[in-house]
Amino acid sequence: MNKLVVSPSPHVHSGLSTTQCMYGVLIALIPAFLVSLYYFGIDALLVTATSVVACITFEYLIQRYLLGQRSTIGDGSAILTGVLLAFNLPASIPLWIVVVGALFAIGIGKMAFGGIGNNIFNPALAGRIFLLISFPQQMTTWPIPAPWGIGVDGQTGATTLSILKRGNVEEIVNIDVLETLVGNAGGSFGEVSAIALIIGFLYLLWKKIITWHIPVSIIATVFLFSFAVTISQGWEYAIIFSELQIFSGGLLLGAIFMATDYVTSPMTPGGMLLYGVLIGIITVVIRLWGAYPEGLSFAIFIMNGVTPLINKYMTPKRFGEVKRHG
Amino acid sequence: MKTFRIGGVHPRENKLTAGAPITHASLPKQAIILLSQHIGAPAEAIVAKGDMVKVGTLLAKANGFVSANIHSPVSGKVAKIDNVTDASGYQKPAIYIDVEGDTWEESIDRSDALISSCNLDAQAIINKIDQMGIVGIGGATFPTKVKLMPPPNMKPEVLIINAVECEPYLTNDHALMLAKADEIMVGVEILMKAINVTQAYIGIEANKPDAIELLKHKAQEHKGIEIVRLQCRYPQGGEKQLIDAVIGRQVASGALPVSTGAVVQNVATAYAVYEAVQKNKPLIERIVTVTGKSLARPGNYLARIGMPVSQLIEEAGGLPENTGKIVLGGPMMGRATQNIEAPTSKGTSGILVMDDSEAHRIEPSPCIRCAKCVAACPMGLEPYLLSKAVAIGNYEIAEERRIYDCIECGCCSYSCPAHRQLLDYIRYGKGKVMGIIRARNAETKK
Repeated sequence: MNKLVVSPSPHVHSGLSTTQCMYGVLIALIPAFLVSLYYFGIDALLVTATSVVACITFEYLIQRYLLGQRSTIGDGSAILTGVLLAFNLPASIPLWIVVVGALFAIGIGKMAFGGIGNNIFNPALAGRIFLLISFPQQMTTWPIPAPWGIGVDGQTGATTLSILKRGNVEEIVNIDVLETLVGNAGGSFGEVSAIALIIGFLYLLWKKIITWHIPVSIIATVFLFSFAVTISQGWEYAIIFSELQIFSGGLLLGAIFMATDYVTSPMTPGGMLLYGVLIGIITVVIRLWGAYPEGLSFAIFIMNGVTPLINKYMTPKRFGEVKRHG
Repeated sequence: MKTFRIGGVHPRENKLTAGAPITHASLPKQAIILLSQHIGAPAEAIVAKGDMVKVGTLLAKANGFVSANIHSPVSGKVAKIDNVTDASGYQKPAIYIDVEGDTWEESIDRSDALISSCNLDAQAIINKIDQMGIVGIGGATFPTKVKLMPPPNMKPEVLIINAVECEPYLTNDHALMLAKADEIMVGVEILMKAINVTQAYIGIEANKPDAIELLKHKAQEHKGIEIVRLQCRYPQGGEKQLIDAVIGRQVASGALPVSTGAVVQNVATAYAVYEAVQKNKPLIERIVTVTGKSLARPGNYLARIGMPVSQLIEEAGGLPENTGKIVLGGPMMGRATQNIEAPTSKGTSGILVMDDSEAHRIEPSPCIRCAKCVAACPMGLEPYLLSKAVAIGNYEIAEERRIYDCIECGCCSYSCPAHRQLLDYIRYGKGKVMGIIRARNAETKK
C-alpha cells in the first residue's frame, strides 16, 4: 500500500485552477475576435498573433534569464495580456510597435512588479497607454471596417467617439446605433462589436469567472452620467448620445475584460461597485472635457492604483453584523 | 428555499451511501476507550485492571462541568489502563477492554418498543443526559448538558435540530432519520422540555427528500416541531450558519450561539437523548459512515465506540490497494490519519477512504486576487489577506480583520484556483491571535 497522506482539512477542492480562469476569459473573447477578423481581415490576425507571441516570449525570457525563476507562461495569463493588448490597437498598426507594447506590458507592467498576482496595474492597459503616448499618430489611425477586411488599405475613418467629441448634434443623431452594435465602426479592432463583447460577458457570468458588479456599475454610470450632461438638449438626443457612449470606443471591452482583471480590481462586492462607478465617472469626464476622445483606459489605470485603498476600507459584510430578518 | 446569508460553497456531494440501511458492525476483540472523547477535561477512570464490566458500565466519571461520563461499549475484562496513539498521533490515556460475550447492564431497555411519554422535569432530564455521557455527536463533541444549561441571562427561545449533514460523503444522520424517525421526534420533545421552549425546527438539506418527507409526516403528531427544508450549501451544518438559515439571526462576534435565543443540537444527539432518557442507554455506540469510491461495501455502520478504525474498514470490504488518505469525518473538516489502529470515539461520524489520486495537494501558485475566497467565506472574512498577514507574521492586521471569527470550514482553500492553502495559515494565525488576546486580557486584569 502507498504511504497514507496526512494534511490538514479541507481534503477536497473545487477543481477550478488559475489556468482555467485565464482560458475561460480567452474563450469569452472568441466572438469579438471573429468579428474583428470579419471587419479587419488578416491585419487583426497578424496583430493578435504578434502580440501574443511577443508577450509569451518576453515573459519567458525575463523569468528565465533575468529573474532565474520557473516559467509561468503555461498559466495562460501572458496569452491573455497579449490578446487584450492587441484588441486595444488599430488593425493597421505596424507590427514592430505591437512588439514594443508587449515588451512594456510584460516587462514593466507585470514582471517588474513581481509577476502574476503582484502587479498594481493591468499589464495590457499599461502597454496600450504607453503606446498611445509614444506613438499617438499610429495609435489613432483607424482603418475603415469592411467585410473580410477587403479594401482596408490606406483608408482611415472617424471613430464614433471622435464624432461624439466634436459634439455636432446633426452628425451624432445620424450615427446608426445598430452598426456600432454589430461592429461596423471604426476603432481598435477588438472593441468594435458590442454584441460580440456582451456574448463574452454572458459566458464569463455563466462560468462564474467574474461577477456582474464591475461591468454593470461602469456601464450604468457612463450611461447615467452622459445622460445627465446632455439632457438639457432634449430627451431623444440625450438617449442616443448616452447609448453611443456605451456602445462605442473601448467601453464594453474595457468594462467587461480589462477592468475586471482579478489582480488589479477590488476584492469585495462593495469595493467592486465603488471602483466601477468611479471608472465610469472618470471616463465620461475625460471623454467630454479632456484632451483625448477615449478616457476609459486612463480611468481604469487610475482606479487600478486606487484599488489597494479600496481593499483597505471596503471590507466584506461580516457575519454577525447583518440585520435580523424574519 | 432557506439558507444562510453569507458565503458558502457547494462541493460535490458524493453521498455514495445515501439510502443505505444501518448495518450492525461486529464486535471488536478488544475495545480501546479514550478518556477524552469530548471537548473539556478528560474523564477520570473508576475501573481498574482486571475488573469485569458489562455493556453500559460506567468506566470513567466526568471531571468538572465541561466533561462527560464514559461507559463501556462492550462486556469483558479491563486489560489495562494505558496510553494509546490516537488518530492525531498523540498519546492519550485509554481503557483497554478484552471483549468477552455481549452482556448488557440490566438497567438498559434493549427492546425496540417506542416510549413516547416522559414524566421527568427539565432538571431530571438534564441530569439523565449528564449521567449517560451524552455529547454533541455531530462532530464537535461538546457535552450536551452544558448546552442545555445556558447562562442565566440568556433564555432559549427555540430549539434547532441540526440534520443538515452538509459534509460531502457522510450519510449517517440521513440513515438514522430514515430508521428512527419516531425516536428522534421524542428525543426532540425531551430536549424542548429540558430548555423549556415550545418551538423546535429540524433543518434538513434538500438532498434528503425522503427524510424530509418522513419527518414532516411524523411532525404532524408532535406539537411545535417544524421541518425546515434547506438549500444544499456548505457549511450549513455550522452552528452559526444554521441559526442564520433557520431563524435569520446572526450570532455576534465572540458571543455564545444561545444569545440569539437558539439552542442547536445534532439530530443524532437527539436520538442519543431519547435512548438515554427513555431507555437508560448511555452513549456507547453510534452510526459511522464508512465510505470511499474504491471501498467494496461502503455503508452506514452501527458500531460500538472504541473499535479500531481498521476493523470498520474491514467491515466495509477492506482497505483498497490504491488508498492514499484516510479521513475521520467528512472531507471538508475531517482529520486525516495515518494510524488506522486508532479507536473510534463518540465524535467519529465517518471514515472516508480516499484514493491516492485524490489524496495529494496540488502545488500552490501565486494569489491572483480573484476574490473567490472572500465570496466563499461564510463569516465574511478576507482569507487572502489573513493568510498573507499570518505568513509575514503581522498579527495586528490579522486581529483587526477578525481572524478569530474563522470557523475553519475550509471554503477558502476549497475555492482557491491557485490552490493556496489559505486555511493552514489562518488556523495557525488564529491560534496565535487568540493567545495574544488572552495575554492582553490577563494583563489588563492585573
